[in-house]
Amino acid sequence: MNLFKYASPQTFYPLAGKLILWFAIGAAILILVGLYIGLLVAPTDFQQGDSYRIIYIHVPAAWFSMFLYVVMAGYAIMGLTFNAKLAYMMAKSIAPTGAMFTFVALITGAFWGKPTWGAWWVWDARLTSELILLFLYIGYMSLQAAIDDTRRSDRASAILAIVGVINVPIIYFSVKWWNTLHQGSSINTSGSSMAAIMLQAMLIVAIGFWLYSTAVILTRVRREIEERARNTAWVNETKE
Amino acid sequence: MYWESMSDFLHMGGYGLYVWVSFGITFASMAVEIYMLRSRRLSNEASNEKIKGLL
Repeated sequence: MNLFKYASPQTFYPLAGKLILWFAIGAAILILVGLYIGLLVAPTDFQQGDSYRIIYIHVPAAWFSMFLYVVMAGYAIMGLTFNAKLAYMMAKSIAPTGAMFTFVALITGAFWGKPTWGAWWVWDARLTSELILLFLYIGYMSLQAAIDDTRRSDRASAILAIVGVINVPIIYFSVKWWNTLHQGSSINTSGSSMAAIMLQAMLIVAIGFWLYSTAVILTRVRREIEERARNTAWVNETKE
Repeated sequence: MYWESMSDFLHMGGYGLYVWVSFGITFASMAVEIYMLRSRRLSNEASNEKIKGLL
């Protein structure tokens, strides 16, 4: 079996079409189960009260805002290295979902910060670097949209995506490197500071967000393939 | 089940507003994303039926 055949849009398009439904069903089930445990079964937090329950979406959203950026930059590198059209389309299709999760992480963070810190927003290293991540996504999408020639817009935005990836470790380690108001990681290499049931609920939602991202991004790649194929068809028709 | 009653659950120990607005914005954002992809599919389908032949 030749795995590289899936690198071509023609083979990828029907394959993605078959997979999307399963990812979507899995996402819906896991998000519901995770939130059921998190909102209805898990006990309250002895320090923060029930405001802590925002963690069940805030942390998975923040993880995926960073993770999707790294994956986007990875596809950008693949695109530039192999001049692979599908890799560019993947990178382009990841950006809106990454931006959405960044927005959700920032907003839910504000609604958690207000009752916990007494402020919707503070310019600490974690929040500021996450805001820069949102600007990077928006910058990537704007650049992609600003250049008409697809090959040039793919390459230019790929370079932006790759340069911007430096921000991801800054976000991740910001709570260690600087004295931030934002709390440290709940989960790190030495284990978790959360109660088992809270951790389980959060991880289930996170896997749900992962399946959601996959379903939405594959759908967007299909739209992208359709639109690019249409442009090619239109060019061919004018030549005739 | 952790909660005593439905109103207890909705009240969220006094943090109901913060918790439910957070969850609301999250799911609204996801719904907007799905809706935008749906409109893109409909517009692609409408503007070119030939694509099926090409792929």
